[in-house]
Amino acid sequence: MHPQRKKRLTLILFLLVGVSTGVGLMAYSLTQNINLFQTPTQIAAGEVPVGRTIRAGGLVVDGSVVRDTEGLGVTFKVTDGAASVPIYYDGILPDLFREGQGIVALGQLNEKGVLQASEVLAKHDENYMPPEVQEALEKAHQDGKGNLKAAGNDYEY
Amino acid sequence: MVPEFGQMALIVALVLAGLQTVIPLVGVQARREWLMAYARPLATGQAVFLMASLLALTYAFVVDDFSVAYVAANSNSQLPTPYKVSAVWGAHEGSLLLWVTMLGWWGLAVAWFSRSLPLDMVARVLSIMGMVSVGFILFTVQTSNPFERHLPTAPMDGADLNPLLQDFGLIVHPPTLYMGYVGLSVVFAFALAALMGGRLDAAWARWSRPWTTAAWIFLTMGIALGSWWAYYELGWGGWWFWDPVENASLMPWLVATALMHSLAVTEKRGLFKSWTVLLAIFAFSLSLLGTFLVRSGVLTSVHAFASDPERGVFILALLGICVCGSLLLYAIKAPTVASVGRYEWVSRESFLLMNNLVLLVSAFAILLGTLYPLVIDFMGLGKLSVGAAWFNTMFVPLSVLLALIIGMGSMSRWKSDGLSRLGNELRWAFLAALVLAVAAPFIANGEWNWQVVMGLGVAFWLVAATLVDLWKKSRGRLKRIPTLGMSYMGMIIAHLGVAVSIIGVTMVSNYSLETSVKIAPGESAVLGNYRFEFAEFGHIEGPNFTSDATRFNVWRDEKLMEVLTAEKRRYNVSGQVMTEAAIDVSLLRDVYISMGEPLADGAWGMRLQVKPYMRWVWLGAIFMCIGGGLAVMDKRYRARQTRKVALSNEAVA
Repeated sequence: MHPQRKKRLTLILFLLVGVSTGVGLMAYSLTQNINLFQTPTQIAAGEVPVGRTIRAGGLVVDGSVVRDTEGLGVTFKVTDGAASVPIYYDGILPDLFREGQGIVALGQLNEKGVLQASEVLAKHDENYMPPEVQEALEKAHQDGKGNLKAAGNDYEY
Repeated sequence: MVPEFGQMALIVALVLAGLQTVIPLVGVQARREWLMAYARPLATGQAVFLMASLLALTYAFVVDDFSVAYVAANSNSQLPTPYKVSAVWGAHEGSLLLWVTMLGWWGLAVAWFSRSLPLDMVARVLSIMGMVSVGFILFTVQTSNPFERHLPTAPMDGADLNPLLQDFGLIVHPPTLYMGYVGLSVVFAFALAALMGGRLDAAWARWSRPWTTAAWIFLTMGIALGSWWAYYELGWGGWWFWDPVENASLMPWLVATALMHSLAVTEKRGLFKSWTVLLAIFAFSLSLLGTFLVRSGVLTSVHAFASDPERGVFILALLGICVCGSLLLYAIKAPTVASVGRYEWVSRESFLLMNNLVLLVSAFAILLGTLYPLVIDFMGLGKLSVGAAWFNTMFVPLSVLLALIIGMGSMSRWKSDGLSRLGNELRWAFLAALVLAVAAPFIANGEWNWQVVMGLGVAFWLVAATLVDLWKKSRGRLKRIPTLGMSYMGMIIAHLGVAVSIIGVTMVSNYSLETSVKIAPGESAVLGNYRFEFAEFGHIEGPNFTSDATRFNVWRDEKLMEVLTAEKRRYNVSGQVMTEAAIDVSLLRDVYISMGEPLADGAWGMRLQVKPYMRWVWLGAIFMCIGGGLAVMDKRYRARQTRKVALSNEAVA
């Protein structure tokens, strides 16, 4: 084979092996680092194992926000209209966190079924509904279980 | 009346863009110079009308014309005038008008600064830029018209600009970022024009280089401004979230960086031609993809301000046409422009190729992490998100690798070099970097920290190798440095900027102190050497907001260092609450205080942070921009010399 071609072939083989290894590693690492979104209904149905990091969200239930007397701990419930899940978070809540607002929390369920959140996200725009939350609400509504007014929300669709 | 005028100007611009697409190209096909010559005046006209349209919208904002739906939705009579102006690009419709106006400006710049180019090249370039314009102006007029009226029931007052956007950072960040995004269309047009004309030579690369660098400077600055804004305005003290919207701007930046370097090889050695063209196509496609991701509403993002699925479909179609069209052209034409010339395994070409690969793999990793949730969602497999941890795992080792390559690459010779020679030149730099990096964590807090050693190690290596190179090239005489050329100095400064940013990122991610506390007036909280004393609570009246304010005395080693006032604003019109962090800025550390919520007994939840070397993250970006600026100003890009050198280069090839 022509030396120039041989070199090119080596280079291409080298690249192919490198790229496929890289993509393989990335894909593997990706499966380890994803956080699935679970609706309150799914959590209430016991579909989520204890200790796995998930994202959960819904509307913050009216009157459910209870603060610890000491420190920054806060407990509240979020609902998709059909079921609700209690969330505990120790830290500064985002500006747009309030009752009736759609939020998403990242955390793990403990044995008592409380989501221990490490992060609570609300959007920068007050009219915004996180798409996951909206879908969860719509789904619960379609299943005939949802009652948005009970969720303390004037959101319309 | 003025909004109608703006709308008409926009439509005139659309017509001009259409003509700009067709006439010059017909001229090229028919070999009619007078038809090709229409390209420049048409581009100028388009830019003028787009500018008029943008000014008309700005005027509507300034005079509070709330009969215009877009103004009513994004402004308010109480809004301070500078924010009325920036509200023009505060949401989708106006930002798109800004986008197309900038496209017009870039076209204008090409028309004016292309005297040295052959007319057929200019005609093709401007025709392709015209096509992009047609697509985007049509998009604006069709789906996102900012001039639409609210008649006959115009609101008395506007709904106000999202308070988050009422800020200096958001006045400057979007225009800068857009200039970068849109600027990539120039090099894209150059690449396609060169493919069409079948002349991908050194002269073409020389023309493309300053344009690429200019777009890259804007992109760099835009990303840095965005990060800076997020840091001080969002109140959590983070500066990079691996948010899809942030990723959307980082991907074209990475590819544009690769493109700049591969253009160097194409210019100097006539190699990597088809690769360079492919990168130009990728870079622009990624900036379109970014626009799509941000504007379509397919993403869950904390930054996606405006979104609409129907618009998404339109941009997706534009993206499809652009990518498929240009790749088709590439497939047909690329084989005819094969590179000539050889290089050895160890050579500057090889190092630049490696640099390209690492940058591209980084961009691909980010693309994968950003699109994966969308694909899974689309297939109905659930909603998920890819965490920051994943992006860090991918990005950090790749950056380390890149920094190692930069050090050797800028030192290496074209065509053929020896590892032993490079080793001889650089071993002291390597050793010095290693020793300093290993010592660093012990100096910082007495504890071993391999992440710090690695991060600082590559940064020190980069600095040392760059300085060794500067020393060798100037043969140790400071006086000779200016004779080395602006491009070379630009490269040195930009590479030092990379090192500065790496130092900043390493220090701030490893040595930041943070605590969230419940604290009442008179109480103190301690963080490292700092004591934060809650001195006073009060209220502040702003022009369109009122705020709760907390004043803190910050003591360092029991000496009063600073008095900081953090605010929690409530905007009158929307009732939206915003945190205004109080930050004491210095080169070696930032002290950052932001307010949480009011708790019982007058206490507040507060977030207190000390962030070492925070400024360096952005300082590095400023270095990179200065470096880029010097490179653009290099005199060999100026008209007359270009032609001469281009000829001699062709002779060599």
